[in-house]
Amino acid sequence: MIEVHNLTKRYGSKLAVDHLSFEVEPGQVTGFLGPNGAGKSTTMRLILGLDRPQEGRATINGKRYAQLSQPLRTVGALLEARALHPGRSARDHLLYLAQTQGLPRRRVDEVLGLVGLQDVAGKRTKGYSPGMTQRVGIAVAMLGDPEVLLLDEPVNGLDPEGILWIRNLMKQLAAEGRTVLVSSHLMNEMAVTADHLIVIGRGRLIAALPTQEFIERSAGRSVLVRSPAAAELARLITARGGTVAMPPGAGAGGPTGNGAAVSPAAEVPAGAGAAVPPGGDGAAGTLSVTGLEAARVGEIAAEAGIVLHELTPRLASLEEAFMETTAGSLEYGVPASGMPGQDQQGMPAPDQQGAPAADQQGGRAPDQQGAPAPERAP
Amino acid sequence: MTRVAQPRRAAAPVGRHSARAAPGAGLGHLLTSEWTKIRSVRSTLWTLILLVVVTVGFTALLSLAVASSWDQARPGQRAATAADPVATILGTGITFGQLLVCVLGVLIVSSEYSTGAIRASLMAVPRRFPMLAAKALVFAVIMFVAGEVTAFGSFFAGSAILHSHAPVALSDPGVTRSVLGAGLYLTVLGLFAMAIGAILRHTAGAISTAIGVVFVLPIIAQFLPGSWGQHIHDYLPSAAGQMITQAHQSANQVLTPWQGFAVLCGWTAVLLAVAFYFLQRRDA
Ligand SMILES: Nc1ncnc2c1ncn2[C@@H]1O[C@H](COP(=O)(O)OP(=O)(O)OP(=O)(O)O)[C@@H](O)[C@H]1O
Ligand SMILES: [Mg+2]
Repeated sequence: MIEVHNLTKRYGSKLAVDHLSFEVEPGQVTGFLGPNGAGKSTTMRLILGLDRPQEGRATINGKRYAQLSQPLRTVGALLEARALHPGRSARDHLLYLAQTQGLPRRRVDEVLGLVGLQDVAGKRTKGYSPGMTQRVGIAVAMLGDPEVLLLDEPVNGLDPEGILWIRNLMKQLAAEGRTVLVSSHLMNEMAVTADHLIVIGRGRLIAALPTQEFIERSAGRSVLVRSPAAAELARLITARGGTVAMPPGAGAGGPTGNGAAVSPAAEVPAGAGAAVPPGGDGAAGTLSVTGLEAARVGEIAAEAGIVLHELTPRLASLEEAFMETTAGSLEYGVPASGMPGQDQQGMPAPDQQGAPAADQQGGRAPDQQGAPAPERAP
Repeated sequence: MTRVAQPRRAAAPVGRHSARAAPGAGLGHLLTSEWTKIRSVRSTLWTLILLVVVTVGFTALLSLAVASSWDQARPGQRAATAADPVATILGTGITFGQLLVCVLGVLIVSSEYSTGAIRASLMAVPRRFPMLAAKALVFAVIMFVAGEVTAFGSFFAGSAILHSHAPVALSDPGVTRSVLGAGLYLTVLGLFAMAIGAILRHTAGAISTAIGVVFVLPIIAQFLPGSWGQHIHDYLPSAAGQMITQAHQSANQVLTPWQGFAVLCGWTAVLLAVAFYFLQRRDA
C-alpha cells in the first residue's frame, strides 16, 4: 500500500509535482500514466526518499521510506535513470545491495536466474545491452522479495519476450497480494497489464480509476470491419445510423488481435467520397464503425449478402483515451465553453461527462473530462 | 558473444525464502557492503596498487639520484639530508603518492554519483549518515593499510639506497613516528579528498579542487611574506599534515609534527561534517 499525500516538488522554479495525492492498493497492478515531464519519475523518487519534497508526504505501509529498517525487503524499485556502476559486475552490484539488507549470497543468484542473467552476471555491466541493464534493475527490485514494487518504465529496452515476461511477472506479483506501481509510455502495454490507473499531467492528478472504466468513459467503442464490399457496406451502415471511418492503412491488413494496437481512426482521406471509402472494387476495405454493435453490423451485412473478412469489436485503445484525457489537462485553464461540445452523433459512451475519480481531483476534473473525443468521420 | 539466457517463466515462484533471512541491518552489514563496493571496481584496486608501486618506485629513483650525485651536491644540501634523511626519503615519493590518494578519495564517492549507483545505494540505506560513515570507515582502513605499506616500503627502499651517505634506522629518534606518520597522513588525506568528493559530487571538479588545495595552496602560501605567511602555510591541510613525516621539526615551523597532523584531522573533520550535512539535505 502506497499513500501519497499532498506531495509537492519544485526544482528551482519548475513545479514538477504539484500537491499530488493518491493511493496504490495491494493486489493489483496500478499503471502510472502521464505525458513526458508529467512528474511520474519525480513522484517515484519522492516515494523512495531519493528526492525531498517541499510539501506533503509519501508512505509505504504507513511508513516513510527512510523509516524502513531494511527497505529492500519491503520495497523493490526500478528507476528510470541508470543506477549501476559500469565497472562493476551485475553479481557484485546485487551482492553489495544484498549485504546491506543482511540477505544471503544465494538470493543474488536466485534473482539473477529470475531475470535470466546468470551466465553474464560476472561481467562488468559496461558491456551490457540496454535490455540486459534493465534486467539487472529488475533483479535489484526483486532482491528483497518485496511486497511493494515501483517500476519506472520497466519494458524499456526489453525484447518482446522480455516484455511478455515482465508483464506476467507484474500480474503474478499483484496476484500474490503485492502492491505494484508501474509507469509506462506504452499505453497499450498498460491496457493489458494494469488493473487500475493513476493519470497525472503537469504534476497534478487527472484521474485515478480502474483501467476498464478509464477506457469506457473516455472514448467510444468501435467495430472493425473488413469486407471486399466495403463501400456498399459503409453505405448500409450509415443508412442505419452507424458512423463509418477509414482507419489509416486500411486494407493493409494489420490484424488487431488485442484490440489495442490500432491508432485512432483518421478522417476519410481527401479525395474520397465523404462517407463512402474508396477501394470498393475488389480490395478488402477496412471500416471502423461506431454507433452500432458488432452483432448489428454482422446482421446488416448478412441481410445484404455481403461477405465479411473480419468483424472485431474493440474498445477505444487506452492510447486514445490517454491522449484525450491529458489533452484536457494541457488545456487546463481554458474555460469549459472554450471546448465545443464534442459528443458527436453516434458516440455510444453513455456518460461522457462523468468525471473519473472526481472526488480526488479537487473540482478540476469536470472541465477536463469534457475533452474532445477522437474525431470520427461524419 | 554471450547470449542472455531467457528469463525464467513467470510461473516460477518469484519470492524464495532466502529473501527472508536474518533481519537486523547493523553497521556490520554496511561495512561488508562498502567493502564489496570498493573491491568490485577495478579502477579502485588499480589505483591502490599504483599508489604503492609508484610511490616506492619514485622514492627509490630519487634516492638513487641523490646518492649518485652526492659528491657533486652543495655541502649545505648534504648536511640537510644527513640531518633528517627520513624527510628526504619520504618527502619525494609521498608527493606523488598524495596525488593518487586525492584521486582515489574523490572517486570513491563521486563515481557513485557519476554512474548513478548512489541511487541504488541510498534506496538500500535510506538513512544516509550510516552509509557515508561506513564508507569512510572502510576506506580509512584500506588507506591505512595501503598508506603504511607505501610508507614503510618507501622508507626501506630509500634508506637502503642512501645508507652509505646518510644512514638512518627506525630506531633513530623520531623516525618510526615519521614513517608511521606518513601512512597516517595518506589515510587522513584520503578522507579529506573523499569529503571533497562527497561535497562536490563531480569527479573532475572534486579532483581539481583536492589537488589545488593539497599541491597549489602551499606553494602560493610560501610566497606570503613574514610570520603570518608562515602561519598560513603551516595551517594548510597538506603542509600541516606532512609535518608528521619529518623526524625533526624545522626551525621556522610553527607547529609540532603531531600538532600539524591534528590540524589536518581538523580540516578533514570539518569537511566531512559539511559532506554529511549536504548528503542529508540534497536530492540524490
Ligand atoms: N533533478 C531535476 N532537476 C530539475 N528539474 C527536474 C529534475 N527532475 C525532473 N525535473 C523536471 O520535472 C518535471 C517532471 O519530470 P519527470 O522526469 O518526473 O517526468 P516524467 O513524467 O517521468 O516524464 P517522462 O515520461 O518523460 O519520463 C520535468 O519538467 C523535468 O524537467
Ligand atoms: Mg519518467
